[in-house]
Amino acid sequence: MSAAAVCLATMGAIVAVGAALGFLAGVRRRMDLEQWTVAGRGFGVVLVFLLMTGEVYTTFTFLGLSGWTYSRGAPTLYGLAYLSLAYVVSFFILPPIWEVGRRHGMQTQSDFFRVRYRSRALTALVCIIGIAAFVPYVQLQITGLGIIVSIASFDTVGRTPAMAITMVLLVGFVFAGGVRAVAWVSVLKDALMLIAALAIGLGLPLLFFGGIGPMFAALIAARPAHLTMPGATSNLGHAWYVSTVLLTSLGFFMWPHGFGAAFTARNADTLRRNAVVMPLYSLSLACMFFAGFTALLVIPGLANGDLAMLTLVRRSFPPWFLGLIGGAGALTAMVPAAIFILTASTLFAKNLYRPLIAPAMTDDQVARLARGTVVVLGSVSLALAIFTSTSLVSLLLIGYAGVSQFFPGVVLGLYWRRVTAGAVLIGVLAGVVTAMALMLTHHDPCFGVSAGFLALCLNFLLVVLLSVVWPVRTTGSDASLDAFELRASVGY
Amino acid sequence: MAPAGDHMKKPSPASLILALIPFTAMCFSVSLWDRVEPLVLGLPFNLCWLITWIVLTPLCMAVAYRIEAMHDARRRGP
Repeated sequence: MSAAAVCLATMGAIVAVGAALGFLAGVRRRMDLEQWTVAGRGFGVVLVFLLMTGEVYTTFTFLGLSGWTYSRGAPTLYGLAYLSLAYVVSFFILPPIWEVGRRHGMQTQSDFFRVRYRSRALTALVCIIGIAAFVPYVQLQITGLGIIVSIASFDTVGRTPAMAITMVLLVGFVFAGGVRAVAWVSVLKDALMLIAALAIGLGLPLLFFGGIGPMFAALIAARPAHLTMPGATSNLGHAWYVSTVLLTSLGFFMWPHGFGAAFTARNADTLRRNAVVMPLYSLSLACMFFAGFTALLVIPGLANGDLAMLTLVRRSFPPWFLGLIGGAGALTAMVPAAIFILTASTLFAKNLYRPLIAPAMTDDQVARLARGTVVVLGSVSLALAIFTSTSLVSLLLIGYAGVSQFFPGVVLGLYWRRVTAGAVLIGVLAGVVTAMALMLTHHDPCFGVSAGFLALCLNFLLVVLLSVVWPVRTTGSDASLDAFELRASVGY
Repeated sequence: MAPAGDHMKKPSPASLILALIPFTAMCFSVSLWDRVEPLVLGLPFNLCWLITWIVLTPLCMAVAYRIEAMHDARRRGP
């Protein structure tokens, strides 16, 4: 057997086990809408935890962080900081979100905006932005899968067919199993990922330099500037670091799937406990930095940094081991991509299409529409992955620039009575338009600050100002605020 | 209007301050610790600093958790 065949066989076996686990989880259950999207609300605390951690390790972690470490250097450290801080933020916002969710039977992020602001326009806008933000995030996973398959096949399978094959597999996986499949495969995926991270992060420096310390000593001698910001870039300095860490840590739970996962918890205390311990989960990310730095020393000069870590693994380890890493990496792309596609298509069918266009639809029709949306979303992401080339980290930051614009509406909605639907609507619109305009005209970072963060500041300012100068009429809307029952939580 | 749902509370100032500690350490103070020297256990200082704070953050939040739990108990009354 050739090296490529051994490698692909190992990788295929791992993906097959994962897929089988997913299909088995869905078998013998009638897949109606409730079962498909929230597993009939039957998840215990362990499965909720797995579902939430399922999206922590994505292709961004696996290839993106090591790739940026290789090509950009120290600015990548933001990836080590923001996850811990995102959980610190969640300590304060998820319990009250869970609380209002329980009182009003909320299932999705859109439900939150609908109940709090009573504005169809705002709810629809939040829904559309949420779905749109998933596109670059899914594109990131598909691009990563393409990289993994083409490297694991020793370049015998091209990137485009590789992405197409994995896309079909992914859609089939989401179709058959729904959310239950996703949670179960997370177990396998996270275990493999942890092993892979340790093996690569500790193994590669050991193999080439005899340890992490000597590796850094060599790096300091060869490229001292790579290790402090702005690293190999000209514009990713300290202002960029602070603004990007703030943008991503505040935005982390604004992703519709993270926000929605809060509703599945047993109680608010569970969410608070999770917030305390979860930062430790990001310790293993440090391994990706070690791998990226080692690759920079051993195989410098690759045009695409995202390829660096796997290329080095291929050079250093036997084919079956590359297959193991590739299999872990493939599941790491497939599981989150499945969560994102599932959430986005449910949002579209249930919170956008039915209320706005066809209120008479039955649940079964919504479920069918959601499945159709899965195919459309997958195809759009695949097309973007084939025809554009953006680094994995940049793709993620585009998505964050979108979803983090929900933050003022959520936090002020929870803690400030005077905030109005109109103000939030204008704030979100202004934020998203500003972020996209700056990014599309290549002004990110803008004056050294992350464009998404500038947009978020503008958004926050607008929401506060407009709520003050354009106050809500007290008679009608008081009832809805009372229904929200959050006034007691704040001192105003 | 009587405050509805007394168990819905705003976080106490103490736990907000505890939450500010990791934000200050890992985010705002970046220009103070973004250095290679001194190496700690062979790691560049900035990398080592962040790894240390990933471990210290749960400690800060564990204290915040205790404080919130105490407030909950007091609010429910004796």
